[in-house]
Amino acid sequence: MWSRFAPPVGMNRRHFMSHMAGAGALLGSSLSLGHSLRVHADTLKKNHKSCILLWMGGGPSSMDIWDLKPGTDNGGPFKAISTSGDLQICEHMPLMAKQMHHMSIVRSMSTREADHNRGRYYMHTGYVPDANVDYPSYGSVMAHELASQRPDLQIPPFVSIGGASEGPGFLGMSWAPLGVSSNGRIRNLEMKLEGDRLTQRRIALELIENSFISQNRGSVLEDHRKVQGKTFDLMTSSQMKAFDVEKEPEAAKERYGKNNFGQGCLLARRLVEAGVPFAEVDLGGWDNHQGIFRTLENDRLPVLDKAMSALVEDLSQRGLLEDTCIVWMGEFARTPRINADAGRDHWAKAWSVVVGGGKIQGGKAVGATNADGTEVAGEPYSSEDLMASVCHALGISLETTFTSRNGRPMKIANSGKIIKDLFG
Amino acid sequence: MTILTHKHSFPKIAFSGFLNALFALVGVFVLIVMFGDSSARAGDDEEKAAVKKDSRRATLPVQVGKIDAAMVAQWSQTPNGTGANAQPIKPSPVEDDLKWCRRLFLDVIGRIPSYEEFAEFAKDKSPDKKYVLVNRLLNEDRYTEEYANHWSTVWTNVLIGRSGGLENRSLTNRSGMEKYLRDCFARNKPYNEMVIELVTATGTTKPGTEGFNGATNFLAMKVNEENGTQATAAVSRIFLGLQVQCTQCHNHPFNQWKQQKFWEFNAFFRQSRALRRFVSGSTNNEVDHAEIINQDFAGEGRRPEQAEIYYQLRNGLTKVAYPAFVDGTEIGKSGYVSQINRRNELGKLMMESPFLDKAVVNRMWAHFLGYGFTKPIDDLGPHNPTTQPELFEEISADFRAASYDLKQLIVWITMSKPYQLSSKITKDNSSDEPSLGESPKFSHFYTRQMSAEQLFQSLAVATQANRKGNLEEQQKKRDDWMKQFVVAFGTDDGEETTTFNGSIPQSLMLFNGDLIREAISTDAGSWLHGMVQNKGSVAEKIQYLYIAGLGRKARQDEVSIAQQLLAARKNDLGGMLQDMWWAILNSNEFIFNH
Repeated sequence: MWSRFAPPVGMNRRHFMSHMAGAGALLGSSLSLGHSLRVHADTLKKNHKSCILLWMGGGPSSMDIWDLKPGTDNGGPFKAISTSGDLQICEHMPLMAKQMHHMSIVRSMSTREADHNRGRYYMHTGYVPDANVDYPSYGSVMAHELASQRPDLQIPPFVSIGGASEGPGFLGMSWAPLGVSSNGRIRNLEMKLEGDRLTQRRIALELIENSFISQNRGSVLEDHRKVQGKTFDLMTSSQMKAFDVEKEPEAAKERYGKNNFGQGCLLARRLVEAGVPFAEVDLGGWDNHQGIFRTLENDRLPVLDKAMSALVEDLSQRGLLEDTCIVWMGEFARTPRINADAGRDHWAKAWSVVVGGGKIQGGKAVGATNADGTEVAGEPYSSEDLMASVCHALGISLETTFTSRNGRPMKIANSGKIIKDLFG
Repeated sequence: MTILTHKHSFPKIAFSGFLNALFALVGVFVLIVMFGDSSARAGDDEEKAAVKKDSRRATLPVQVGKIDAAMVAQWSQTPNGTGANAQPIKPSPVEDDLKWCRRLFLDVIGRIPSYEEFAEFAKDKSPDKKYVLVNRLLNEDRYTEEYANHWSTVWTNVLIGRSGGLENRSLTNRSGMEKYLRDCFARNKPYNEMVIELVTATGTTKPGTEGFNGATNFLAMKVNEENGTQATAAVSRIFLGLQVQCTQCHNHPFNQWKQQKFWEFNAFFRQSRALRRFVSGSTNNEVDHAEIINQDFAGEGRRPEQAEIYYQLRNGLTKVAYPAFVDGTEIGKSGYVSQINRRNELGKLMMESPFLDKAVVNRMWAHFLGYGFTKPIDDLGPHNPTTQPELFEEISADFRAASYDLKQLIVWITMSKPYQLSSKITKDNSSDEPSLGESPKFSHFYTRQMSAEQLFQSLAVATQANRKGNLEEQQKKRDDWMKQFVVAFGTDDGEETTTFNGSIPQSLMLFNGDLIREAISTDAGSWLHGMVQNKGSVAEKIQYLYIAGLGRKARQDEVSIAQQLLAARKNDLGGMLQDMWWAILNSNEFIFNH
């Protein structure tokens, strides 16, 4: 019977699918392969809110960068310089100084998690680690909220560049970050199959996949199918050219800095342009228990300054900054007291983060620390407050509620309060 | 048929792919009968399983009975859900034998069974076939090497992480760690002896160097930096289930362990150093390996006869600490190794601690059943709630009484009732979902993904992929392949995560990666090529693929898809088998342990 239908030369997808349907094969409606959809860049950009998180793994010493205490015992050797905003920052951030009218510093962050794992989890989720609930990271949450604005997006809505980020928690693996290196190359993207063979393989696969899901052996199996669907989308999408950061003009690469973080920031800009709601770019090396000032001055700050300033300026020049929030933070900061190895240890009690874009007013210093940097003066802010503010800046309702899989309702950003001073 | 009845006729080491496929195909008809029809129609097998007799042995170790009784009691006392009319939880039916067989192979020797091993189990009609199989995997010579490799892999990842030895200028020699552990598991060294060797090891890290002791690789990167705080945290967490890393800097609000205890424990490691041994003739001080030594510790007060250490409270006050175990037991204060070898003393004290037993029982339980008695498994502190505390205590004590014989512990768990249950969730145990935050009730088997290592080994056996070279070379190849999944967080503690976690990069690897390309190759000499060349009908070959990959026969709709693919491939049998094998390897049914 089959041979009667088999076309003599190859077989196109429509043909094959119709045969499959005829054979009673279990075809999911998700089986829409080979997006030939030409989506105009304009429609993708419209109203597309995005967030770029610059993640400083290890816990950067914010009092040496954004909240200097020159002349005090704890202050360290760096001087403060004036900026284009109404605040001062470290002398080793001269390029950012020219962009600070776009960005504001929250100088009164106060958190309780000073262990790397716990701090990273808390700053990424707004919750402390809990053995019983696996909370989603902000990247997954925001991607989840913002992706509905752009049904045509075929790239995963949460991309993590050059680092690990945190996972999707109870939202399920289909909201996990797609990890890529800063050159944008994605391993194993090519199948190199002729004609419709990929589609045909997929049909055989879905037959096993769906029948196994129907046996009710746990929700992870459904997640597996969803992730595969996204993988197929990505393999066949023309939108993937957004990852081609190598194609950027030489001048752009130079402008961001020809290092992993610089190219990662440039890639983040390309992804936001393509409509990706959340990109996280990782810059590690801030766990400076020893020799902190040398490391900052000669290594970390020049890299950060160049890339971050280029990103802010570039987004602004392209008109994207009003729809894109930039957040700079690590899991915590470092002890005001300088230790015996000329380093600083972990400190979560009083520290700074930097935010800008979207509805956030630039050029401001919000909150303050006391004279030696050990305590917050005035109202302290938390990870939850910071994320509530970023959600607000991107037009995400703070009434948004998630239901964990066991039916527990959870408000977005763990019911954090908006940091009002960021909005004038 | 005749070949298959001679169960000892299988060569001990590798199966030649060609021969393998040949006699397997001869047996297909037999197997279609033996494998029964239960998996042919979804839904049907549940009823059958419910009436089928559970093929365990009548006289099992008493611990199996203890586990079963505790579980039955718990189910009867736990309502399924929160509704007013909620009935007690009922366990899922016993799993289909072949699915159970696949589960056991994955958990005990780190790979799925081969077609022949499935066949051997399928045709065994004896009432104690499960018990026989467990003992075969644990004790028969043909499995010794795989058993040792698997547990070496599991413990290497526990002890040094997946990135251990891959760091720039690493002092850890990953092969050395693996070699030491392989030897331990091949000889079934009692667990307590292994722990004491790991904690007290001195010698060099690299195989073939003078004074080699692979056990040193556990601490090689943990004793030098920051006064051995990494060693402190790792030894207490891994072997005692005590999470102390937060108390390094302050008394932790959720943890009863105080800062003083951290530094008292840390004091045990202060005589230890990992010395760099350089490549001879190297001009840029290239590290060849490391050597862990014990040396006299003068103490921070420069009084070796009373070698103390100092630490700072959050308010800036300085305090003094001397070595003392978690239960408060003190040892002498001398820093002279000839008077007191601090790590040796620590090892002795650990051997007396009930936490030693509980930490490993919890780890093994979670290895086989998906969740431990606590979450996470390496936090046994009093602040952390425990599921089934009495059972946990009892099995832990029994494990000590059994002289820390890991193989006995494996028998207890794999023969226990929870391990026999189907992974299908029923309406009578639908609330038992630990992934949603409930404590585990073990009323059904928890579906979980294979590790990347299990995938690699499974393909090696199923398709002979990466079978070239000796054992060390194969392991090296696997370790190289594993690198793509490791992501470091860039902190001083060397924390890491894996992208082999069900995310898109994993999917892409399984769709298109080199390993899968090799597994589905139809080039001359490949596994699929051999199958094309062999006798047998197309239908038989399809059945062979499904049994080899999934431990079940293909259903009618699957056979029909294969036939359509064959036509689409213009009767290129190799092309069709390749497409089907690709689909099987990428399916949830393959990649999940269920």
